[in-house]
Amino acid sequence: MTSIGGTPRVAWRLATVIDNVPETPRTRTLLLDVPEWPGHRAGQHVDVRLTAEDGYQTERSYSIASPPEDAHLALTVERLEDGEVSPYLVNELRAGDKLELRGPIGGYFVWDLPLGGPLLLVAGGSGIVPLMAMLRHRNAALANADVEARHRVPARLLYSSRRWDEVIYRDELARLATNDPTLEVTHTLTREAPDDWKGFRRRIDRMMLAEVAWPASERSRDFVCGPTLLVEAVAAALVDLGHHADLVKTERFGPTGA
Amino acid sequence: MGRVAESRTANYDKIGGITPFTTEMTPVSRGFLGRRPTTDKAARLPPGQYETRDFPVLSAGPTPRTLLEKWDFTLLGTTGQSAHWTWKEFLALPRETIKTDIHCVTKWSKFGTAWEGVAIDTILADAAKRGVEPAPYVMARCDGGYTANVPLADLMGGKAWVAFIYEGAPLAPEHGGPARLLVPHLYFWKSAKWVRELRMMEQDAPGFWESLGYHIYGDPWREQRYAGDE
Repeated sequence: MTSIGGTPRVAWRLATVIDNVPETPRTRTLLLDVPEWPGHRAGQHVDVRLTAEDGYQTERSYSIASPPEDAHLALTVERLEDGEVSPYLVNELRAGDKLELRGPIGGYFVWDLPLGGPLLLVAGGSGIVPLMAMLRHRNAALANADVEARHRVPARLLYSSRRWDEVIYRDELARLATNDPTLEVTHTLTREAPDDWKGFRRRIDRMMLAEVAWPASERSRDFVCGPTLLVEAVAAALVDLGHHADLVKTERFGPTGA
Repeated sequence: MGRVAESRTANYDKIGGITPFTTEMTPVSRGFLGRRPTTDKAARLPPGQYETRDFPVLSAGPTPRTLLEKWDFTLLGTTGQSAHWTWKEFLALPRETIKTDIHCVTKWSKFGTAWEGVAIDTILADAAKRGVEPAPYVMARCDGGYTANVPLADLMGGKAWVAFIYEGAPLAPEHGGPARLLVPHLYFWKSAKWVRELRMMEQDAPGFWESLGYHIYGDPWREQRYAGDE
């Protein structure tokens, strides 16, 4: 069976690890130099393939964290304790190592500036990764734009984490929001919160979305990424709040994303 | 035992009259040990897949909720003939139990899943009585707008079903309930959730994921994940 129109194969490429940067106690960002990377759109992912000495191979998919504007590709990986691949990527890989990957993959859960806004991003845990690529892209693409252009694509992020020290990209998100009046970042902490925490401290629910999300009349573009339970609950609540189902795009990070 | 790494013969120019006889192996990932499946399980895993015991949920948007009173199933011929079944009529069709491995393009495989459903053979035979002729290709259409294309031959001969029971219970909405297509010999995106219609087509045409860079056919044993994979 052949593919339509002689589409070229998504080729395996041999990337070189430039750095392995800690983000939180359980997540790290792999900064990669990928020869002849064809470019990507914010929200896409790559397949990673590991090969053991006896030839045994295994593959996993990881979302791209870097915006298309960056020279290097960034993958942020959460270490799953019983995982086969993520502990290797997080703990073992270091600068100079090679990593086989192919991509970019996925043409639906993507956003770039021409798609417009308002933008609603809802993340749970490491589900922030593809959404961060969107925020970074938005920021890079608007770097030289006037305030008016920013106001045409205002963005809101609602991000659920278990604890404050598990918030991935915490400082960068704070910096982006401080420097950009058209970006609002809202956190909720579900397990444990600092003593002086004044924000939400529960799982994302309909009432929280009613408060944080754009009103349905704004016809925001919604991107929801996280564990299945969160994605199911958030997508259903957004539809319930009047958001058009076609504008709610979902991506799931199941426990098997090891 | 793990499977052997893919090897490619490199193209070499003759250097100084000597043609090196070498194969270029996929490079070993320094320090990667891996967790090999047992031999019997390895034989059931298509290339690039790993076993999961969970049942991950993957869908592109919100889970549609369709009331059973409003549910119906349609088979559309190429020249306008059609056959319809209400939920009650559909449940009255002869059903089968299926035990099968399933393979998701996102790399997980799940062994020995148990389903109940109506074979597409049964649906086709019932529709034939109502004048719906088969055609070489089929587009599955679903609540929520999802579509997936499958050659008719892949839906016939006891290879595909419309399933509505999973592990003894009604199929949960997030897994495609009330009913989903089940074509377990292809990547699981072809087993369209919330299926409502099968439309016969003379020519093949891409469905939802097939239009977004995924393979037009999707055979896991040939690792046909993305457009361009052979």
